[in-house]
This record gives sequence, structure tokens and C-alpha cells, in this order.
Amino acid sequence: MLKVLKSGLFTTIQDAGRFGYLNKGVPVAGFMDTASAHKVNQLLENTIDSAVMEITMTGPILEFDNPTFICIGGAKHSVALNNDYIENFKVYKVSPGDILSFGKLEKGFRSYLAIKNGFKTDVILGSRSMYAPVTPRSHLEDNQTIAYESCEVFSPKIDELKVDSFLDSKVLTVSKGPEYGLLDDRRLEVLFFQNFTIANENDRMAYQLVEHIVGHKVSMLTSATLPGTVQLTPSGKIMILMKDGQTTGGYPRIFQLSDKAISILAQKKFGDIISFRLV
Amino acid sequence: MTHYSISIRPFGVHALLIEWPNEVNEAVLENILQFENYLRTNHLGEDDWEMIPAYNSLTLIYRKAPINFTEFSEQLKAWYTQLEEASLPQRFIWRLPVCYDLELGIDLKSVSERLEKSVEEVVNLHTNHIYTVYGIGFLPGFMYLGGLPPSLELPRRAEPRLRVRKGSVGLAGKQTGIYPQESPGGWNIIGSCSVPMFDPKKEDPCFVSVGDKVQFYSITRAEYDLHKIEAEVGIYKLEKTMWNA
Repeated sequence: MLKVLKSGLFTTIQDAGRFGYLNKGVPVAGFMDTASAHKVNQLLENTIDSAVMEITMTGPILEFDNPTFICIGGAKHSVALNNDYIENFKVYKVSPGDILSFGKLEKGFRSYLAIKNGFKTDVILGSRSMYAPVTPRSHLEDNQTIAYESCEVFSPKIDELKVDSFLDSKVLTVSKGPEYGLLDDRRLEVLFFQNFTIANENDRMAYQLVEHIVGHKVSMLTSATLPGTVQLTPSGKIMILMKDGQTTGGYPRIFQLSDKAISILAQKKFGDIISFRLV
Repeated sequence: MTHYSISIRPFGVHALLIEWPNEVNEAVLENILQFENYLRTNHLGEDDWEMIPAYNSLTLIYRKAPINFTEFSEQLKAWYTQLEEASLPQRFIWRLPVCYDLELGIDLKSVSERLEKSVEEVVNLHTNHIYTVYGIGFLPGFMYLGGLPPSLELPRRAEPRLRVRKGSVGLAGKQTGIYPQESPGGWNIIGSCSVPMFDPKKEDPCFVSVGDKVQFYSITRAEYDLHKIEAEVGIYKLEKTMWNA
């Protein structure tokens, strides 16, 4: 068992997400930054969708009770295994009693901790991804324990990956959303030639942007929304739905983020700058 | 059978959106569900296809690979012309117990005053109608219900509440519905439904599907309290009848 000594700001268990229940209103959930989560799993030679720990801004302090191997990646935190700092995208062996502490966030927003063979929390509706009310809790809490398999011996084929980091990327590639047509030249110019700032309202459900554009009076019937759907409200506010986002909405869907852009955005926090590029 | 003029638009690389005429209409919804059922049965049976019907649209999502939009939308149009009467899915009318007690229906008194009707009249109007489920979303298990009698239409509350209790039954504009979880909300609360609309312990966490119908019936506070205890241990029973057999 992994003991959560301190849970941090918003630490969750995530896998690829929950599929097959969108028509019942259940969000996909799953890794926010899929690209980083896949890499840490790959280094441990796990299946890429094994359950990992998603760490947001202020990380946890964790204690291991069995030997295993771990790998962290995504945002850059200063992370110590007992008294030694460890690096992103590198495989480390841990022993019973070892303590892993996440310190200062240096870059990005979300880190991923993968463990050999994945975390073994309960599978609910086909996924381990934490999302209340599907899972009883929305995030990990102090003193909670999490199951994992003990692993004594493992020699990774690659024990360190020089990752092409996208933490500095500011450009979100998008394709046209179903209501792209309502954007006139004036709005398009602003959307594609200006930078936008991440608002304080950003979480696993949605990211809002500080700058507004010209609003609209389009009223539409409720229809499906997806992770990465960019909605424009009547007042001109831009909202980008993320993995825990609602499955239906009534605002025009102007863009759809690429998978890579969702990972890039997942590493942004309040005050960071982004721009849109149409592909 | 009717074939509407449908439009197909890309919705990112993994999804596309099929739209029917922009109206809230049972015939349109039925046609959407027929097409969904037809696609599921004949062409897109794989679990990797997800389909979200709502009001006048059907969204198709394929997570395994990008969709070739030009090719696939042509294919869909061809399939749509082959759609036949027979492919309508089985649907149900669900009878849902609601306790319209002033303690649970925290706005019931003010609603009756604003509508200039007695509490009893409000309850009768609300329970006499059969509502159609036009969509499920916003929250897991939240139904968008159509068919509210115009005499029960009233604006949402000026000040939304930070917390509306799970199970609360509300009125807002042309809509009525049940909060499947505790959540913030601005609807006028007139009662509480005693069966959970979302239960992650069940294989199908939400028994209702888009296209089903819902009718509320009034229960006493004692019946409500008993149902709540039953729901906690997962032994609530649901009343349903087929309506398009």
C-alpha cells in the first residue's frame, strides 16, 4: 500500500477515462495531460493507460510499504525520494519505508506519478479515474492508502527519456467546431491573432480565459460537448471544456482542441498565455 | 417513413455531429433514435463508438482513430436513406415517486403564490403530464425533460442557490427536472424524488435513456422516508411500462 501522508492541493488517480456512459451524462475524466501520463507508463513498461497519480500544483507526500519502481513526469516539481532529488522521466526503485515528497512547482501545472503495473484502486464503470459522484471521492485525502503490486526486480529497456518538453508551448492547435460558422472576420482576427490569458477559473472541468471577445445572441438546443470543446458564451467569454467537463451544453462550440493541445493546456495555470491556431 | 434533411459537420478529429431541423419535436427525436439504433445494430456496433443523442442532434465519437470526415459523412448519408420504420429502439415510461412536501419542496409555497394556484393544483398539474427525455447531460443522470404544461412555466430564481439537495425536483422556464446530485442551481424546488437518478453501483448507472418518458406521482413523507432507506441499501424498485411495443 502507498500511504498518502499529505495529499496536496488536488491529487487524484487517473487512467484513460470512462467510456460508454456519455449518453448518461458521465464525463470521460482520465489523464488531463495524456501525453505525459503515457510516457511515464511507457518507461515502466506498463500498458499506457495504467492508472497513475495526477498531481496538481502542490504535490503530496507519500510513503511506500513494498518495493516497486516509479517514474514521474509532466510538470516540473522539485521531488525528493527520501533525501535525494529525483528527475522527470527516469525510472527509480523504491524500497519499503521510502518517502516521496513533492516540493516546489517550477514549471507546468500537473505531474504524473506512475508505478510499476499501475495503481490498483477500484474500477467503477470501467475506469479508476476519480470523479465524484462516480467515485466516492473527487480527490485523495490525507492518510488514505492506495493499493499497488510489489515488484522486486525490473530492468527497464530505457531508464531515462529525454523528452521533448511542451511545457513552454503556448499554441493550441484547434479544428473547427460545429458552430465555427458564427464567427465573423472581426472575431476570427481576435481569436487567431491575439494571445489569451488563463483565468483563475480553471480546473479539470473547464478552463476559462481572461479576455472576452464580442458576444452573440445565438440560442441553440442542448447538444453534445467533448473534452477540448471551446464554447463561446453570449457575453463573449471563452470556456474550454476539459476531461471532467459536462457531456452536453447549450453554448456554441467554436473550436475543438487537438489531443496534443489538451495536454498542452493541462499544463497551464492562472496567468499563463495561450493562442489558437487552426489546422 | 419520414426522412428529414440532415446536416453532418465535423466535431474535432474523433467525432462528428449529425443535426436534424432545429426544433423540439417528438417526431424528430424519434427519427434520431431510430437512426442511432440502426447504426448501432448494422454498422457501428463496436464498443469504441459512442453516440450522444440530444434534442435535434446525434453526436458520434470514435476514440480509437481519427475519422475521415469526407468519406464517413457520405457513408452516413447513404445509410440514412436506408433507414426503415422497423429500427426503433424499445422505450419506456418511468413512473417516478416525488414527495411534494413543503419541507422538501422548499419553493413550493412561493411557486403556488407566483402561479396563483393552490399547492394541490401545482402538484396535480406536475403529475398529470407525461414528459419526454430529450437529453441526458449537464450532470450524470440529469434529464432534460420536455412537455411542461405552459401553466407551470415560471422564471428561475433570481439568486441561484449554492447547494440544491440531491433528488430535488425543480421548475425553470419551460423545463422541469431532477437534480441527480447535490449541486448549485437556480431552479424553483417543488419536491424531492425518492429514487436515485444516478447510481454508479449499477451496471447501467442511469436507468432512463434519451427518448424515454417520465411521469411523476405524489407520495407521502412516510413513503419518501422509506424509499430513501431502501435506496441506501440499493433495493428500490422502479415502475416502468413499455410504450412503443
